[in-house]
Amino acid sequence: MIPETDALAALLVAMMRAATPLAFAALGELITEKSGVLNLGVEGMMVMGAVSAFMVVVATGNPALAMLAAAVVGLLMAALFGALTLGLLTNQVATGLALTIFGIGLSAFIGQGYVGTPIEPLARLSIPGLSTLPLIGPVLFGHDAMVYLSLAAAFGLWWFLTRTRAGLVLRAVGENPAAAHSIGYPVRLIRFGAVLFGGAMCGLGGAYLSLAYTPMWVEEMTAGRGWIALALVVFATWKPGRVLLGAYLFGGVTIVQLHIQGAGVAVPSQVLSMLPYLATILVLVLISRDATRIRLNAPASIGKTFHPGG
Amino acid sequence: MTDAPPPRLELRAIDKRYPGSHANKTVSLALGAGEIHALLGENGAGKSTLVKIIYGVATADSGEVLWHGQPVRVGSPAEARRLGIGMVFQHFSLFDSLTVAENVALGLNAKESLEVLSRRIVDLSTRYGLPLDPRRHVHDLSVGERQRVEIVRCLLQDPKLLIMDEPTSVLTPQEVDKLFDTLRRLRDEGRTILYISHKLEEIRALCDRATVLRAGAVVATCDPRQESARSLARMMIGSDLVAARRTAQEQRPGEPRLVVENLSLSASHPFGTDLENVSFAVRPGEIFGIAGVAGNGQGELMLALSGEHRTPVHDAIRIDGRPVGRLGPRDRRDLGLGLVPEERLGRGAVPDLSLAENALLSGYGRQSLVRRGMIRFSKVNDYADRIIGAFNVIAHGRRAEARSLSGGNLQKFIIGREILQNPRLLICSQPTWGVDAGSAAAIHQALLDLREQGAAVLVISQDLDELFTIADRIAVMSGGRLSSPRAAHDTSVEQVGLMMGGLFDLSDEAGVVHDPA
Repeated sequence: MIPETDALAALLVAMMRAATPLAFAALGELITEKSGVLNLGVEGMMVMGAVSAFMVVVATGNPALAMLAAAVVGLLMAALFGALTLGLLTNQVATGLALTIFGIGLSAFIGQGYVGTPIEPLARLSIPGLSTLPLIGPVLFGHDAMVYLSLAAAFGLWWFLTRTRAGLVLRAVGENPAAAHSIGYPVRLIRFGAVLFGGAMCGLGGAYLSLAYTPMWVEEMTAGRGWIALALVVFATWKPGRVLLGAYLFGGVTIVQLHIQGAGVAVPSQVLSMLPYLATILVLVLISRDATRIRLNAPASIGKTFHPGG
Repeated sequence: MTDAPPPRLELRAIDKRYPGSHANKTVSLALGAGEIHALLGENGAGKSTLVKIIYGVATADSGEVLWHGQPVRVGSPAEARRLGIGMVFQHFSLFDSLTVAENVALGLNAKESLEVLSRRIVDLSTRYGLPLDPRRHVHDLSVGERQRVEIVRCLLQDPKLLIMDEPTSVLTPQEVDKLFDTLRRLRDEGRTILYISHKLEEIRALCDRATVLRAGAVVATCDPRQESARSLARMMIGSDLVAARRTAQEQRPGEPRLVVENLSLSASHPFGTDLENVSFAVRPGEIFGIAGVAGNGQGELMLALSGEHRTPVHDAIRIDGRPVGRLGPRDRRDLGLGLVPEERLGRGAVPDLSLAENALLSGYGRQSLVRRGMIRFSKVNDYADRIIGAFNVIAHGRRAEARSLSGGNLQKFIIGREILQNPRLLICSQPTWGVDAGSAAAIHQALLDLREQGAAVLVISQDLDELFTIADRIAVMSGGRLSSPRAAHDTSVEQVGLMMGGLFDLSDEAGVVHDPA
């Protein structure tokens, strides 16, 4: 085999792995926001997903069960958020921030005994004959199940939003909840569903961190990825394909700057660490400059409390 | 011999209270097949509440609803639609970022593909003379086209009863005629139409029967074709309406107070309208009216005139000959400008502040309500009391929050606040939109009085009746352009209506400031 191809393959694989947690969280938040709800608790739901997945895999050794647990825990966190903002009409921004702080604190508390525990990383796909092909083998056929799941989710959500009636109703609720209510759609129920889905996806994003990307548990291991996911949704103008693009860009620059740091280039490491954030935002801003397009995709009612009167 | 068939919809003794108001007082109403029935009343007479109850958006505290003689409970709009009741809302319940077909699909319970639905939309809209392209986005449509979407959405469900809530308030006179044709055709098919309005002439032209509501109760049922507009108004208001009177136009020589010359401005909002070469002049002692369907650049023009948006060319706007294009609202006010914006709550007044505090916000300079940075509360209170007294504002005193006032009373307060500052130039946008007839007449009279005192007044309005009542000259805005002005007594509603649809000779608005003399 040719060493250059191997190195390139390793780089691409690492990029995709770095991008996956972001893709999960941002796609989940995209659905939440499309319904008109802004949940700033992404970071908190991710970190809770990370710790619960880790605890379950240590206890049972079953990664599928761990993923399920992370999704359920993310969903429960989101249910708390939904009950407060949609049921009790609390302010979405403040409640979301509280959820993040709550998640970081709670995960640190329950994960105390698990710091430093070794686990087996998530198994990667291995198809005889295909996974060993140069370059395309590892890039296309050598990932763990969650990478494929995130790609399927991006495609599935695009299809859901643009091709199905349920997706149309979701967009309508985010665009004009009063009109949706007057036509007879259960606005709060639909929003609650979207919030729950967002929470489950954030939980999965967190699980990928602790099960596969860095198979271990440390406090606050999400390291701000929840906030990047939130930014991705906005800069991707609420389009699943662009969210995926943004996540992969972020993953790509993360890995490249790590390699540059490793090569000992005389640039302060802090500056290099900034690059993924800067590059992602810059590219997404440049491709979505058209104000009308933003307006067409942005959920007009985002963050505003809706109370059906009458 | 058989009994006559029961009415299609019958309401018996419907009663509904909201905190602080008794919206419907034992209202009874019967609608037959194949009739256009008017529900007539002032703002706040209880029309909207009654309709919400019929359509299942609100529930009555007591009373009965009968559909073809059977008692029914309409718990939601979906149930109303299942019965065969459709509604076209006053403020459209459309989704701007979705296409026409998607909007229609959302209102239907049937689950058919968008392609099939699009074909049905085209079929039905051509059959009723309501042309629509199902693929267009709603934000690209004119207000009249948006209303068509609502109507087509209702008709696709083959309703037996169609409720129209003030459908003509946003249409040009020609669009109104077309709408009436469609409605008559629907009636001839045996459908029932409940037509809600406070426009008396329309009701006389269109409706077979009318039920008049006042303060929540039915005060009369009549055949509007047998009544005069005057007698209908008396039923609606409970007394004779004193209309504003304009004295004969005097020629007042003098330099124009406001000159706008070749004003071009790109809209700040992505769905806004760019202004193109807008030119006009307003003289002392005249009311200059700008007509047009909303969304044709009036909002942008208002922002440019108020100073909220600065214009790139400094002397595109001049007050008393002084270029002000790059001055802010405060500097323009110092030159004698008074402003009454379209949104009363939010621009015209701060909703959570008291009337006194709202008076302070725009009057602190000219009324010297502030000394060395400190508020002089006694003067503020005195000023607010003077406004409330002089303009007959009904409120719980100067300490009432702006949001607690009805639309008409708040508007009287805002206009009074500006007029008491003795503006040399007053600019108002939609001064009587959503205002009851009594307050509207008072506001018109106040504007005419200001004109008598020699101020220049600019009124931007969608309401042609209003402009023909008070304006000396009228120009029409369409697609961001302004027609040349015409003397009000020299033009007709029909002519202005055609221009509102964009049919004005573009060659005569080539940037010349027309002289009326």
